Parts: sequence; structure tokens; C-alpha cells
Amino acid sequence: MPENRSQPSLASSRGLRYWWRLLVDRLATVITVLCAILVLTPLVAIFAYLVYRGVGALNWAFLTQTPKPVGELGGGMANAMVGSAIILGIASLIGVPLGIGSGIFLAEHGNHRFAQLVRFTADVLNGVPSIVTGIAVYSLVVLQQKHFSGFAGGVALGIMMVPTITRTTEEMLLMVPNVVREASLGLGIPRWRTTISVVLRTATSGVITGIMLAFARVAGETAPLLFTAFGNQFWSLKLNQPMAALPLQIYVYAISPFDDWHRQAWAGALVLILLIVGAVAAVRVATSRGMVRGAA
Amino acid sequence: MGVGMEARDLNAWFGPAQVLHGISMDMAANQVTAIIGPSGCGKSTFIRCLNRLHETVPGARVEGKVKVGGSDIYGRSVPAVEVRRRVGMVFQKPNPFPTMSIYDNVAAGLKLNGFRNRRELDQIVERSLCQAALWDEVKDQVKKKSGASLSGGQQQRLCIARALAVAPEVLLMDEPCSALDPISTSKIEELVFELKKDYTVVIVTHNMQQASRVADFTGFFLLGYMVEFDRTERVFTNPADKRTEDYVTGRFG
Repeated sequence: MPENRSQPSLASSRGLRYWWRLLVDRLATVITVLCAILVLTPLVAIFAYLVYRGVGALNWAFLTQTPKPVGELGGGMANAMVGSAIILGIASLIGVPLGIGSGIFLAEHGNHRFAQLVRFTADVLNGVPSIVTGIAVYSLVVLQQKHFSGFAGGVALGIMMVPTITRTTEEMLLMVPNVVREASLGLGIPRWRTTISVVLRTATSGVITGIMLAFARVAGETAPLLFTAFGNQFWSLKLNQPMAALPLQIYVYAISPFDDWHRQAWAGALVLILLIVGAVAAVRVATSRGMVRGAA
Repeated sequence: MGVGMEARDLNAWFGPAQVLHGISMDMAANQVTAIIGPSGCGKSTFIRCLNRLHETVPGARVEGKVKVGGSDIYGRSVPAVEVRRRVGMVFQKPNPFPTMSIYDNVAAGLKLNGFRNRRELDQIVERSLCQAALWDEVKDQVKKKSGASLSGGQQQRLCIARALAVAPEVLLMDEPCSALDPISTSKIEELVFELKKDYTVVIVTHNMQQASRVADFTGFFLLGYMVEFDRTERVFTNPADKRTEDYVTGRFG
């Protein structure tokens, strides 16, 4: 019978190098965790401060009434909340189809000069200050219509959504492996069907992330609405009339000299954040329903 | 029933590089034809020309004739999608549609071409999965489980079922076992043997034993040329060309 030699124990290999590796490993872990905490801190701090300042003025009247005239206490931002929802709805109707459409174009047919131009334009548009977009829409829509309108506000925000959605859609579609496209083409499924029902479907969750990013970004925009939706102290659901929006209302109230308005501005900011978080969460839940379990 | 296929003087290019030179061969109905050869010899490109998938690669080009049951698939006004419905394909790496259930994977070829009859679709899905010898393993969860959650061998059989569901006449298989373990490989080989009763099969393989096990006819490709094409036992036991002999006896490649 062969001699039963003991396996080299792990302990014997624990030289200086082992302890050094262990130290580096732990250090790296601690650093990444610290980074994560550092990123979360301002987020949590802002939210906590918003709750602290805003929750006091948050009551039923705030959620259901329109603003009171200067000098009167109370009133609310109900018209601004509805206005924001309408403007963002218009923006999404414009931005989502355009963004997804051009993203598909870039990903599936994007290796020639025109596509390069589209890509470059999208990147430039992404960097254009929002107030510039507002002025552009002011001259293109507001001056033509001869008055401020909720529709113009939606157009401005919609334009701002396009580049983000275009580029994320492109990136997500390019991540779909080519063998998946070929599998579909190989079944005799036409190219356009393949793109929509196979490629886009495979990339759905990523594309939706892009849409949500764009949505959340424009939802808080104030500058482009100053020259377009303009704001409104009264109920107005007409798309061709000036329309209230939460960021505008917050802006007007925050720079006012009245303490009551300041409190309402804080409450408005809190509501705005909650609405954005709510919308993003709702879309996430709704879209994950349709997915198959176990799919990555 | 399968139909015969013939290639006549087929040439193919990737951009300026010619990768196939004047290939002519007949693939008999309800027989298995294997294509063997070293890497880069053009065997994959060749079978991708048989269902017009080659031309979907940017810069790729084909010249020559390929007939399926007598009609030229490169003929004027023949739509590529029609050809691909008649000539199905199974790829090297299992490629189920990742976000679709097992059921939707198999039904995709019909559903996405506008087929709406649910009852009939259910039957076709079940029959295709049975033909691919996968039904018994997945029948309880065809609609719940994602195609991507199956094992590699099961995924490849799913891809076979998906190809069969559109009722092709020819089934092309591009190294269908190269990503699979030996047990899954032997299952697929048994399947190929079964499938030739109903379909004409063309299979590309790296593995010469596999070719000798499953194929009735074998073609040997080298550097874009077809060196030899004959009955399988003849290619392996008494090849006419010295290069074929060197390859099948393992002297190169």
C-alpha cells in the first residue's frame, strides 16, 4: 500500500505573499464599497432634506387646489401636477418613437456616412443646453402659434429626449448577438419583422432603461418650459394655451419673497421627485410582467 | 418529404476575397449529405449559400445556381424569405431567442409570418418538439420556461424544432454539435438519422467520425474548392484524391 502522504496543507502556503494578496483583496473591497456609499450619500441627503422641508406643506389642499392669489395663504399645485403629466405625455409621444426609430436605424443599418452624421448630431444635441432648446422651440412653435402653449413645452422636452433614447437604443440593439438575427432570418422571417419582433424584443429591458433615463431627465427641466409652456396659475387642460408645470411652479415660488410660497416650493419639489420615481417604478413593473421567467 | 438540391458552378465572395470556387454538387432527396474539410475551407459559407443567408453579410456576394426541387433559388424575382422557409437552418452555436419561452421559440417562424390559428399552432409546436426529441423533457413548462434556460444540448434540439416548425423541405446544419458534449452529440446524430425520412439534410461537420456515422454522401472541401464528392464509405475507405486521403487519415487538417 502506498504511503499515505498528507496533502500539502493550505496553511503551509500562507507565506508573506498570501497575506499581501489578502490585504489587497480586502482593501479593494473596502474601496469599492466606500465609492458606492459616496455616490449614494448626496442622493439620500437631498431626498431626506426634501422630505424634511417639504412634508410640512404637503396636505390635501396642496394636491387638489390651484394656487391662491398673492397674499392669501394655502392653495396648491394640482394644476401644475396635471400640466406636467400632460407635457411629459406629449414629450414621450414625440421623443420615444423618434428615438427608438433612429436608434434602430443606427444599429441595424448604421455603417455609412449618413449614419455617422446622425450619430454625431445626436451626440451634439445631447450636449445642447436645455435653455437653447427652449429658445429654438419658442421661435419654431410659439412664435408661429402666436402664444405660449403646453404643446410647445411638450415639443421642447420631446426633442431633449430623442438623443438619449437614440443612443441607448442603438447600444442595446448592438448588444444583441448576430446569431439571433440570423436565426430569425433563417426561418424566413423578413428583415423588418426580425428587427422589431426579435432584435428589439430581445433588447427591450435595456431600451426601456434608456427611455426612463431620458424621461426622468426632462421631467425636472425648467428652462425649456419658460419660453414654451410658460406656466399658468389656473386650471387649463387646453394644449394650445399656457400650461402650468411643476418645475415652473417650483421656480416661481422659490424666488418669491413669501414664506408660504417657499414652503409650497419645497413640497412641490418633493412631489416632483416622488412622481418621477413612481412613473419609473410603474413602467419597470409593467414591462417585467410581459417577460418570460428565467430570461436574462 | 424532402426534395433534392443541386448547386451548379457556385462562387461566393466576402468583399474582394473569393471563398468558394465553382462548386457543383447534388444533394439527394431524403439523404444526409455531409461536408467536411479543415477550418476556413468554405464549408459554412457553402451551406449559407443554400438558403441565401450568405448575402445578408455586408459586402458578401454569390454567383451561380442553386436548385431546390428543380427551381433556382437565385432566380430573378425569387424572394429570399421564401427560400429560407423551404430550406431551414440549424446553427453552430445554439441560438434560441433569449426572451422567448420554449413555445414561442418554436412558434416564432410561423407567428412572425402572420400565422394566427392557435389550435393548429399548439399541434405544430408539440409535433416539432417531438420530432426534435425534446417534448418529453419540456412538455410541462413549454410556455413558462425560457428557451435560454435549457442546457446546451436541449437548446440545440430546440433550435432544430424551431427550424422544423415552418415545414421546410431541406434542413441545413452548420456544425450542430461542435458546442455540445458527447451525449448531446449522439442524441443529435440519432435525430439526424430519423429526420432524413422526412427531410433532405445537409450537414457541415468538423468531425470525420460524425460524417461517417450519419452521412450517405460526403463532400470534401479544401481552400474553397470541392476536392471530392462521393458516397460516404467510398470517401472514407477508398478516396480518389490524394488530398482527401491525407485529410481523412489525419495526415493534415
